[in-house]
Amino acid sequence: MSGAVRVWVDRDRCCGAGNCVVTAPEVFDQDDADGLVLLRRADPPADAVDRVRLAVELCPAGAISVAPRPVPERSSTP
Amino acid sequence: MTIAAPTDLPLWPPTNLDRDPLVPLDAGERRRFAGPVTRVRLPTDATAWLVTRHADVKQMLRHPGFSADLSRPGFPLLRRIPPGAFGDRRGGFLRMDGAEHARLRRMLTAEFMIRNVRRIEPLIRQTVDRALDDLHAAGPPADLVTHVALPVPSMVICHLLGVPYADHDFFQERSRTLIDRDAPPERVQRHVRELRDYLHRLVEAKVAAGEPADDLLSRLARDRVDTGQLAVDELVGMAVLLLIAGHETTANMIGLSTLLLLRHPARYAALRDDAANADGLVDELLRYLSIVRAGLPRLTTEDVEIGGRLIRAGEGAIAVLSLANRDRTAFDRPDDFDPYRAAQQHVAFGFGVHQCIGQPLARAELRIALVELARRFPRLRPAATAGRLPTRDSSVVYGLDALPVTW
Repeated sequence: MSGAVRVWVDRDRCCGAGNCVVTAPEVFDQDDADGLVLLRRADPPADAVDRVRLAVELCPAGAISVAPRPVPERSSTP
Repeated sequence: MTIAAPTDLPLWPPTNLDRDPLVPLDAGERRRFAGPVTRVRLPTDATAWLVTRHADVKQMLRHPGFSADLSRPGFPLLRRIPPGAFGDRRGGFLRMDGAEHARLRRMLTAEFMIRNVRRIEPLIRQTVDRALDDLHAAGPPADLVTHVALPVPSMVICHLLGVPYADHDFFQERSRTLIDRDAPPERVQRHVRELRDYLHRLVEAKVAAGEPADDLLSRLARDRVDTGQLAVDELVGMAVLLLIAGHETTANMIGLSTLLLLRHPARYAALRDDAANADGLVDELLRYLSIVRAGLPRLTTEDVEIGGRLIRAGEGAIAVLSLANRDRTAFDRPDDFDPYRAAQQHVAFGFGVHQCIGQPLARAELRIALVELARRFPRLRPAATAGRLPTRDSSVVYGLDALPVTW
């Protein structure tokens, strides 16, 4: 039911609780040095979108945001 | 707020001692407290706003307009003890806000992240195995709290921090005082000082050691103290916090979880036969038992609206995790224990920037302890005891003082 989304993370807000990494490990990671969030990919695959939305809800610091990703047009440049 | 509390306001936390250990609040208390933001009287006779709905608790704990610093005038204390009794508060980042809090917490986040907890799972398993050997040798019957629930998390956190487990009687007694709302101020003061002195000596030794040992306090001594980023007294305060948080919470969860599972023999058996669902079961246990029952106190630093209620700057509010976790708008049939529900939205670890930093460790300890218990003791059941189980009613972290079991 969820369309494609784009994901942003805010490392200044992140408190390293790690819920996102458990919820959607293919999208989120934690930095070995400081434990703060790292984005593996800003364009999660379709089967991860619901879990990414759950990660937004679960993030205690409100450090993750998502927005609908427009379908790329044929002639558009990246 | 220094306005005297009208005596007709209900007292929070309630002091009914006749509850079943698995029931956070009885029906009357639920009616009185659960719902929209409401005013309560605290044991200090101050008033505060009680926030109990799941969405409201999340909004409040994530809002930057609430301070966790209990030394601020007007902070809604849940016990009659002056905050000054806690002595030197350096390093105690649980009670700090903003950049000051982030600076210290961020020195620890990598230590507790899931990847590093997975690496120490063999150690947790070994610790659990040994504790279960002890339980077996001591009974039947034997006390599960003494032989399993207390020693497992205590041994694991000692190993991680680099604190000698041989001293566990000393720091277990002191950390218990610190989180006991009924402990007399002089005793709290003495025990805080003794615990700080003990950890101060330990940290000094680690700072002085030529070759750092492979433990968390030694790593922080080398990477942060030696480099001038962290004062020794701050590291001592962080060690106090981790030592207390590391064994009080998980220990009480293991005890209460076992009691709950023994009342549901099919679920206890499923733990052995369907260990793949153990992660889901652990989250449901955390939701259902919500051991930080009195909730998290905060003070507003600006006017804030929570759940449609305006809370003025300088007023106190309590986020009641246990009621948020039984909110039917967030969880279907919230009073049913259902290990197959999606319980991840629970707030048992708190919410906001102070959310439990050790939650991957707590989850792993709980899962391994319960799965191994069900494997090794398939016939485990509560031993017949006279009277009610001893509970920790005045503790910040609720739990059982004993759980006699037989098999």
